[in-house]
Amino acid sequence: MAFRYDIRLSGSGGQGLILIGIILAEAIGIYDGKYVVQTQSYGPEARGGSSKSEVVVSDTEIDYPKAMKLDCLLAMNQKSCDDYYMDLKPDGLLIVDSTFVTQIPLPKAYQIPFTHMARTIFKREMVANIIALGALAKLTGIVSPKSLELSVLSRVPKGTEKLNRDALRAGIKAAEKAKKAFSPRIISEREDEDT
Amino acid sequence: MKKKKRKELLLQGNEAIVEGALKAGCRFFAGYPITPATEISEILSVKLPKVDGTFIQMEDEIASLGAVIGASLTGTKSMTATSGPGFSLMQENLGFAIITEIPCVIVDAMRGGPSTGLPTSPSQSDVMQARWGTHGDHPIIVLCPSTVSECFTLTIKAFNFSERFRNPVILLVDEVVAHMREKIAIPDDEEIEVFNRVKPTVPPEWYIPYQDTPRGVPPMADFGEGYRYHVTGLTHDIRGFPTSRPDEIDPFIRRLFRKISQNFGEMQIGEFFMTDDADISIVAYGCVARSAKRAVIDARERGIKVGLLKLNTIWPFMRTAVEKLVAKSKIVIVPEMNMGQISREVKRVIKSDVKVFTINKVDSTIITPEEIWARIKEVS
Repeated sequence: MAFRYDIRLSGSGGQGLILIGIILAEAIGIYDGKYVVQTQSYGPEARGGSSKSEVVVSDTEIDYPKAMKLDCLLAMNQKSCDDYYMDLKPDGLLIVDSTFVTQIPLPKAYQIPFTHMARTIFKREMVANIIALGALAKLTGIVSPKSLELSVLSRVPKGTEKLNRDALRAGIKAAEKAKKAFSPRIISEREDEDT
Repeated sequence: MKKKKRKELLLQGNEAIVEGALKAGCRFFAGYPITPATEISEILSVKLPKVDGTFIQMEDEIASLGAVIGASLTGTKSMTATSGPGFSLMQENLGFAIITEIPCVIVDAMRGGPSTGLPTSPSQSDVMQARWGTHGDHPIIVLCPSTVSECFTLTIKAFNFSERFRNPVILLVDEVVAHMREKIAIPDDEEIEVFNRVKPTVPPEWYIPYQDTPRGVPPMADFGEGYRYHVTGLTHDIRGFPTSRPDEIDPFIRRLFRKISQNFGEMQIGEFFMTDDADISIVAYGCVARSAKRAVIDARERGIKVGLLKLNTIWPFMRTAVEKLVAKSKIVIVPEMNMGQISREVKRVIKSDVKVFTINKVDSTIITPEEIWARIKEVS
């Protein structure tokens, strides 16, 4: 069976989830050289509403382009966390923005206050997605940090490179801290009832 | 053979369509933005002026195709892009382009319908609109990509076919493929085959604009270059003037069909995947072909011999490919995101006692490999 890794980035419209999906896909596909497909789905509203972006990674050509059972779910608000946590594999990784997600459905979620960090450290709420991207990269190990940084810098508006690089690094650091705080591996070794 | 390393890009289906159009020589775009085709307009509005091309945002889709037809008549390769609701408005001018034999490419990124429907959700429900949306008996070429790379290659093919056969070509994309991003390597110009319309070699006073040729395609003069001729939506004689003589009407309509039908072979683009020994075959197109491929692999791992025929050419319908398929498979499954538009065609062309099953999903989401697998189990 070919290697396949399914990621879903979810939240509300305007949180920049499609953008970080594109950045992640570009880092993995172009800079790391793996096979990748990025898809998105959103409502007809210009702002608000649900938004999600999916990235599928493989070592061979990818047929079905949407995420199947999730290896990683990023939930940037409570609704997306509630809607999608059931799609996670038993050992799948749940990462939430604890600024908005207060009800955690699984015992093994990484809770990092991405939006709060963006507000307090950078005074710019809009970098919350890049902080989350840094954390996701660190926690999944699905992309090399160097590729990701290159990809971020090539996709963000001119003049915001330093801000975004710092945000990415803040995310990586926050993930390191969260990882040290508890090890989700222990929990994931429970009986797999699915099979 | 030496192969140069090509630069890889992460592109959206719509972006790849733009790249393909520019490589094919498209230098005019007129359109009206609509999800999920808007990116094509957006990007061309930036890129066309840089290659001395023209971009116009029109007041609506009727005018968009009108402008495209006018531009093409002057010798400029032209296109427009829209979705179902806009495509409905284009049907009148589509017929005009067919009867006047003016090459053009129309992208229809399919979303849920009817009417305004579901702007941001995928669908495959314009298959028959693409075939029969405009009135009158007419031939049409419709191509359908299922990967980002195919968005690029089939757009070039669409332009080539439209130029060769002097007929509009429709690129039928679904929202998933239009918005999906994948890696793509853009080939160098010398590796890309581009066909330009045949122009008259006779002096203007000898030019007969709609005269039959062995290919059925008359040479086309650029309007405004001294070749004066009449262009009308009325059924016309070989000089382009309206006629009501049955002995002129009949050969004209038959020539329109013949120029496509005598070249059926080269328009049949598709892919057989593990069909040689397949007991069950799937016929799929667009994004659903990707789910079907996955279902084939999964079924094979479970010991069931399933194969896939992926259709890249929707119209003219790939009759010979389907016939080849049912020489071995006695069961055919047609999954599609409509109530059964291609499955009707599959049933129409199969003359033997092969069973045709359908999967019709109309809930605005893509058919999953599991749903196809469930159907395989049901019918095997």
